[in-house]
This record gives sequence, C-alpha cells and structure tokens, in this order.
Amino acid sequence: MSASSDSSGNEPGRGLLGWIDQRFPLSRLWKEQLAEYYAPKNFNFWYYFGSLALLVLVNQIVTGIFLTMSYKPSAAEAFASVQYIMTDVKWGWLIRYMHTTGASAFFIIVYLHMFRGLMYGSARKPRELIWIFGCLIFVLLMAEAFMGYVLPWGNMSFWGAQVITSLFGSLPVIGAGLVQWIRGDYVIADATVNRFFALHVAALPLALIFLVVAHVMALHEVGSNNPDGIEIKKHKGADGHPLDGIPFHPYYTVKDLVGVAGFLLLFCGVIFFEPTFGGFFLERANFTPANPLLTPPDITPVWYFTPFYAMLRAVPSFAGTQVWGVLTMGAAIVILFFVPWLDRSPVKSIRYKGPIYKIMLTLFVLAFITLGDVGMHHPAGIYPLLARVGTAVYFAFFLLMPWYTKIDRVKPVPERVTGHV
Amino acid sequence: MVDQIDHSRRRLLTVATVGTGAIGVAFAAAPFLASWQPSARAKALGAPSEVDASKLEPGQMVVVPWRGQPIYVVRRTKDILDHLNDHNDLLADPNSEDSLQPAYIKASGPVRARLPEYWVGLGVCTHLGCAPSGAFKRRGEFQIAGVDLGKDWPGGYYCPCHGSKYDASGRVFKNVPAPKNLTIPPYAIGKDLHIVIGVDDVSQKS
Repeated sequence: MSASSDSSGNEPGRGLLGWIDQRFPLSRLWKEQLAEYYAPKNFNFWYYFGSLALLVLVNQIVTGIFLTMSYKPSAAEAFASVQYIMTDVKWGWLIRYMHTTGASAFFIIVYLHMFRGLMYGSARKPRELIWIFGCLIFVLLMAEAFMGYVLPWGNMSFWGAQVITSLFGSLPVIGAGLVQWIRGDYVIADATVNRFFALHVAALPLALIFLVVAHVMALHEVGSNNPDGIEIKKHKGADGHPLDGIPFHPYYTVKDLVGVAGFLLLFCGVIFFEPTFGGFFLERANFTPANPLLTPPDITPVWYFTPFYAMLRAVPSFAGTQVWGVLTMGAAIVILFFVPWLDRSPVKSIRYKGPIYKIMLTLFVLAFITLGDVGMHHPAGIYPLLARVGTAVYFAFFLLMPWYTKIDRVKPVPERVTGHV
Repeated sequence: MVDQIDHSRRRLLTVATVGTGAIGVAFAAAPFLASWQPSARAKALGAPSEVDASKLEPGQMVVVPWRGQPIYVVRRTKDILDHLNDHNDLLADPNSEDSLQPAYIKASGPVRARLPEYWVGLGVCTHLGCAPSGAFKRRGEFQIAGVDLGKDWPGGYYCPCHGSKYDASGRVFKNVPAPKNLTIPPYAIGKDLHIVIGVDDVSQKS
C-alpha cells in the first residue's frame, strides 16, 4: 500500500482507516469538526440547546419515518390510520407520542437556543450567516410543524389549515388565486393533505438537513462565541490553538451527553406520563375527525405559534383589508434576520452591556410569553390590549436596538474568558 | 493544575458510559424494530379461514382465500385415490421429504391429507407462484385447453404459466420447472366436514 501523505501532509493511517482516508477525508473530518475543533472553555447551560436541537431533529426524522410506514395520507383514511397506529401497530403509540412530544420539544429548545444568541451576541459579526441560516431553519421549522399538524386530519388540523391558508387570501390581487393554489381545491381537502404529506415527509426535511449542515459549517468556519462574547482566537498558544479553547471532543461531547440525559428525563416523563401535556402538545379538538361543517369553538394554533398569532390578531382591519395583521406577523419573523445589524453595542455579551439592554431583553421575553398566552385566548376582555402592548414591545426591542445599544453603558470586556478557569 | 492522567479510571468511565449508552440504544431501538411485526389488524385479517366441505361432489374443487392466498379443497374420486402409489417414478419427491407441510401431513404418506378423500393444499405453484389448474380425471383427455397431459396422466394439477405438473396429492413431477411439492397449510377437520385452515386443531380457531 502506498505511503504517500494525505493532502494535509499527515502520514496515512494503517489498515481499513488508512484505506478509507486515502479515498475520503474521514479522519480529517473527525479532527477538524470534533477532536480538534477548539471551542471556548466557558460554555454554560445555554450552550446545550444546539446539540439538543440536533438530537430532536434526529428523533423527528426516525419516528417520522416509522409513522410514514403506517399512516395513510388521504382525507378518507388519515384519521383512521392514526388510530390504527395508536391501537394496532406494535409500539405505535410510543412512536407517535415521541413524534408529537418531539415537535413541541423542538420549539422549546429552538426558542431557548435563539434566546442564548440574543444574550451573548452570537449573531454579531463575524457570525451573521450562522444567525441567518438559523432564522431560515426557524421559518422552515414552523412550516414543517404546521404541515405536520394537518396530517392527522382531526378537526383542529382541518380548521387550523383553513385559517392559516386563508391568510394568504388577504394579499392584494393575487390573494384568492394563491389560496386556491396552495390548497389544490376550493377548501382544505384531500389534495391539501396529500401534498402537505409530501412536503412534510420529504421536501422540508431535506431542506432542513441542508440548512442545519450549513449552519454548523458556518459556525465551525468562524468558531463558537461564548458567554463573555470574547473572540478566543485572539490569544493563541504556541501550538496554534486558542488559549481559552478546549477540543470539542472529548470535553463537549461528554458534557453534551449530560445535557442529553437531562433532556431525555423530561422528554420521557412527558411521553410516558403526560403525552398530551394538558392539551398543549396534543389538542383536544384534534381527537375528533375533520368536519368541514363544524368549526371548533376554540381555534387557536399550537402553543409555539400563539405569540405570532396574537400579533396577527392585534392589528385591526384598515382600509378594508386584514392584510396589515398578516404583514405584522410576517414582519415579526423577518425582523429576526436583521438582528446582526441592529445591535450596535461595542460589546457582544449581555454580561458587559448596561442596564438598558438587560431591561429591554427582559421586557422582550415577558412580551413574547404574554403574547403566547394572549394567542391562546379569545380576543376579548384585557387580551386585545395586551396583544397590542406585547406587539409594540416585541417590535420596540428590535427597532429601537440600534439606538439603545449605542447609548447604553458598557463594562470593560476582559481579554480572557471568565468563570471556572 | 492538570494532574497526572489516571488512565485506568478514564478507561473505566469510558467503558461504563459506552456500555450504558449501548444498552440505552438497544432499548430505544426495540420498539421501532418490533413495530414491523404484524399489527393487530394484520393478525385479525390473517385469522383462520373456514370451509364447509360436506357439499362437495367427488372430483369437485373449491378455492378459499387464507392470508391472501388460494387454498384448494378437493374431494378426490376413488379412482384417483386407488392409484396414488402407481406413479412414483414420475414424481420428483414421492415421499414429500423436501415439502413444506405440517408433521401430520408428512406422516399421512402419499395421500398428504388428514382425510384421504379431501385434499387441502396451497394453490401456489412452487416455481413462480401461479395458481395451478385442477385436472382431476385420471387418463383424461384434453382437460385443459390445448394441453395434452398424456394417457399416463394420474390426475392432479397443471400450472399454465410454465407447465409444471403435480399429482392429486400435490406432489411435483420430475423434469418440470417447479422444484417442490405443493405446500400444505396447517388445517383441521371438525364436525360435518367443517374444515378450518390456519390452525392444527379446531379448538384453536380465534
């Protein structure tokens, strides 16, 4: 066997691994992405959520594939096929609950993951593209979850789909035709559930996987941020590695296992003891089949969409059209993409920012949670007011950010990371 | 600050973690693999089939489905039954050594049946799965359109797809494409010739 060194000048390995390495960069990938990817040594609890998101993605794909083996994607058979999975397929109930709990877990994890980014300035230069890929993942994830929810063809599946696709009807000129094109029929129908099945099972998972790979590649290209917002590559040792860095494997592979264990504890607790989670993860109205003639009394989206739903309803009709609410909701998501350029603070991490940012971020979180609660209730009583206040605070956090981050006090940023050293 | 690495402790921790993880993976994989087993619905659809053979005329065949496949129930004529041992030289496996059948069928010898007069077997040719046609007249002529089975024809089955031949007990001829005798499913015969296919004992039916 030839002993020429590989493209990075290393001696080739022996045996099977050497044979593979001469034809595929296996050892090189292992080194660059894991064993010699130097991550900051001060990662804390907030840094679990990236790897947990990956774990839940794998869970959704694997349980999803097995559900696809028994699910029937037609208006006539879908609901019954889900009952079949729950009662007749061996362990079908478990696979189904893993999938529905995983969907809600995905959003909890992703929201906390994004919050970490807002705290520590993970979107700031040079990590703008990581953030943008992340926002794209978030958008696709919402589409994926929405379509997945339609598939059981319960009454909430039907009416939720009816309402959300109707939103597109508010767009001027193209609205009506667009809605019909999306549905494939005059109303949500067999054509709709069948095409949502194809998108949910094949198209969007593929797109999500590509985006997740791009997200991690962009991260590894630049290197991870950390709770102090310091660039660890500024101080390298004699071996060329950051002084405040530690190799991802074994330190963070092992540490992330702890995160996985804690997550699985909660995840399994829900699956085995409270899979509907009080009607939040599996909604009551969806236990009855789709009925085009009878709308459930409480149509609300699943909990992870309610903040945006509240914003949609907060904006009243104006000049004869509802489109303003739709645009507001859309803007609430689009504005996320601009975060890397909205934050004008000289420091990245909340640890070294002044009181204004801390107050604004706190208000933002409170507004988001409040909007979530508002979205679950009828727009009556105090809720419309709360919706408007919450929407205003949500947008103020982002739109005023260029101003308040500039005028905010900052603390001196240390040269080296802080914490257990 | 970095102490001497305790390699044996490290090895112990690694092995313990990997071992526990492997057990976890096995437990997690089990439901997914098990989900491929026939579901309760599939099992219900695969339940035993029942036939009332008391109305069959001699030489008459009735076909019933069982687990999606045709089961032949034939009331054999005395003429056929009396000559079942006369044509062993034509057969590839006269003693059904290499057949798929319940033990009690093997034990029954050339008749390959619980009751000699009523033959029960899977109507699936062991070559490529076509349903053979019944040709139950011994030395009969042109029983199947366009095919001359010859004056030595002992009565049995002819598969129209590729020409495989079986005798009246489903035993395959030599020099035909089919490799084995016709398969016999488990079955039981209850009162008044009530045949239950899919179980060995009438008490077992669902």
